[in-house]
Amino acid sequence: MSFFDDANLTKAREIVARYPRAKSAILPLAHLAQDQNGWLSQEAMEQIAELTATTPADVLGTCSFYTMLKRRPCGKLVVSVCTNVTCLVVGGPEVLDHLEHRYASEPDVTVEEVECLAACGGAPALQVNYEFHERVSPSSAEEIIEAYRSGTLRARTVSGASVA
Amino acid sequence: MPDLTPNGATGGTSGGTGVEETRIVTRRLHDRVDDSWTLDGSLASGGYEVLRAVLAKGDAADVQEQVKLSGLRGRGGAGFPTAQKWSFLPPNSFPRYLVVNADEGEPSTFKDRMLLELDPHQLIEGITIASYAVQCNLAFVYVRGEFALGHERLTRAIDDARGKGFLGKNILGSGFDCEIVVHRGAGAYICGEETALLESLEGERGMPRIRPPFPAIEGLYAKPTVVNNVETLSTVPHIMQMGGEEYAKLGVNRSTGTRIFSVSGHVNKPGNYEVELGMSFRDLLYGLAGGIREDRKIKFFIPGGASSQWLTGSDEHLDAPLDMDFVQQTFGVMLGSGAVMVFDETVDPVLVAWRLAKFFAHESCGKCTPCREGTGWVEKVLYRMSQGLGRPQDLDLLVSVGSNISPGLVNAPFVQTTICPLGPSAVSCVASIDKFFRDEVLTRLSNDAGVHA
Ligand SMILES: Cc1cc2nc3c(=O)[nH]c(=O)nc-3n(C[C@H](O)[C@H](O)[C@H](O)COP(=O)(O)O)c2cc1C
Ligand code: SF4
Ligand code: FES
Repeated sequence: MSFFDDANLTKAREIVARYPRAKSAILPLAHLAQDQNGWLSQEAMEQIAELTATTPADVLGTCSFYTMLKRRPCGKLVVSVCTNVTCLVVGGPEVLDHLEHRYASEPDVTVEEVECLAACGGAPALQVNYEFHERVSPSSAEEIIEAYRSGTLRARTVSGASVA
Repeated sequence: MPDLTPNGATGGTSGGTGVEETRIVTRRLHDRVDDSWTLDGSLASGGYEVLRAVLAKGDAADVQEQVKLSGLRGRGGAGFPTAQKWSFLPPNSFPRYLVVNADEGEPSTFKDRMLLELDPHQLIEGITIASYAVQCNLAFVYVRGEFALGHERLTRAIDDARGKGFLGKNILGSGFDCEIVVHRGAGAYICGEETALLESLEGERGMPRIRPPFPAIEGLYAKPTVVNNVETLSTVPHIMQMGGEEYAKLGVNRSTGTRIFSVSGHVNKPGNYEVELGMSFRDLLYGLAGGIREDRKIKFFIPGGASSQWLTGSDEHLDAPLDMDFVQQTFGVMLGSGAVMVFDETVDPVLVAWRLAKFFAHESCGKCTPCREGTGWVEKVLYRMSQGLGRPQDLDLLVSVGSNISPGLVNAPFVQTTICPLGPSAVSCVASIDKFFRDEVLTRLSNDAGVHA
C-alpha cells in the first residue's frame, strides 16, 4: 500500500530527482506527507524512507528534530503564537493565553507557542497554517481563527501549502 | 567620537527630522507595491538587466573584483567580506555549490522575509550573478519552513525566470548553466547556522559541524560551498550596476554600502529601514522609526538580533554610528543580523533576558554539553528571578554558568567552549544585565530573599 496518492507519488519522485543525493528530500517529502494527510504518520515515514533510499529510523531521526513536523495527529488549523521578546512586551502572551483557553477542547484547532516569526514589525504576530496575521489582540485573533473555521478565510495545509 | 563622515555619496545621514533612507535593495518593493514580486514588475523596473550585461561581458573574474572593491560584507550576522569568502573556494574543484541562507530566525529580524516575499527576482538575479562569478551551476535556497508565502513566491519566480531564459541551460545564450533548488526548512533556528544548514539540506538533523574543514573546502555533500545570506546576494546586482568603487563610497569605514535594519519594539514606526551605514542609532530610532511610544525613554535596546549584547538609551550609545567594527570595538556589541529591538522604561530587563534565554535553551541543538546544559540552567535561574523568587547569589551564579559557555562573556567576536556561536549568544543577555542593571537586580534579589525568608 502506498501512503502517497498517485499525484503526490509522482511529485515525490520529482522532488527526489532535484537533489544530488536522495536523502536531501526527507524534509520536502515530510512536508508533502503533511499536506496530504494533516500530520506525519509512521506509514508516511516508511514510504519516505523507501523513496530516499534510507531507513524509517533515519527518517524519524531527522524528522524528530523539527518542530513543524507533527508526529501525532493535530488540528486542521495550527495556530502559532509568537511570545518572543518583541511580542512579549506588546501583548503576545495574552493572545496565547486567551487562545489556549478558548480552544482547549476544540480538537480541530491546535494552538502552539512559537519563537520569533520574523513579523516583529507587526507584533504581536501569529500564523494560522503558516499564514501571517499581525497586530493581533486576543479578540481579533479569535475572530481570525473563526473566519478560517467557517471557511470565510481559506486555510493553507498544516504544512503551509496553498490549497487550489 | 567616532569618525562619522560618510565614505561619500548620496542620501544618508542628515540628522534631526530630515533623516532619510537610502533605498537600493528595497527600492523596487517600495516603488512597485502592487507587483514588485512578479516577473512583469521586475522586468518593468530593470530586473535581469545587470545579469544580461554581466553575461554579455563574460568576465567572471571582474564580478569577483567588483564585489571585492565594493567592500561588501555578509548581511547574515558575522559580517565576513563576501569576495574573500568566495576566494576560498579551491580552484579547479567541481562541482561546487552556492547555498543561500533564507532561514531568518534570529529574533526580531524580518528583512529577509520581506526580500523573499516582495522581491524574489532580485534575489534570483543576485544568485545567478554570484554563481557565474564562482563558477557554480547548482544553487540552493534554504527557506525557513514557516515562510509559506515567501517559499511560494520564490518558487514561482524561479519558474518564471527559467521561462525567460534567466535560469537553466545556456542562460541568455552565454553558455552558462545555472539551476536553483528551493529547499524548505521545518522549524529549527539552529539551521540558520551555516553548517547546521548544510546538514539539514543533506536530510540530517540540523546540528552544526566542527570546523575545519570550512564549507568552502568541504561543504554541501563534502563539495566546496559558499553560504551567503539573502540580503548579501540581493545586493550583488546593484554592486555590478554601480561598480564596486562607487558602492564603496556609501557607508563608513569598513562598513560600506547600505543595510536593512529591522526596528521593532516600543518605537512608533516599527519596520525595515534601509540606510547608509554610518548613520547613528539615534537617527535610525528617532529620525526614521518615529521615536519611542508616548515619548518615553529607552531603557535599553538590542542592536544586532538576540545574539548581541545590549546597549542603553544613553547619549553615548544612541549617538554611536551603525559601523560594524566601531560598535564591536567600542561597546562589545554587534550589528549582527541588523535587528534593533527597543524597550522603553516600563520593561523589566530580567523578564526580557529570561525570554531570550528560553529561546536559546529551546533552540540549542544539544550537540555540545556547555550549551545543552548551560542554556537550560540559565533559563531556569532567570525565570525564578523574573518571578520575584530570586536568591541574592543568582546574578553571580548566572555569570559563572555563562562563563563556562563563553569565558569572559565577551561578545563579538565570541570566545566559546562550544561548537557554534549559539551557546555564547545565549548568555549575551546575562552579560548585559550584569553590565547595565547589576545594582538594580542585586537590590531586587535581596528584597525578594527578604520576602521569602
Ligand atoms: C545560531 C546561528 C543562527 C544563524 N542564523 C542565520 C540566519 O537565519 N540567516 C543568515 O543569513 N545567517 C545566519 N547565521 C549566520 C550564518 O552562519 C552565516 O554566517 C551566514 O549565512 C553567511 O552569509 P553572509 O556571509 O552572506 O552573511 C546564523 C549563525 C548562527 C551561529
Ligand atoms: S553551541 Fe549549542 S547549538 Fe551550537 S552546536 Fe553546541 S549545542 Fe548545538
Ligand atoms: S518577536 Fe514575535 S514575531 Fe518576532
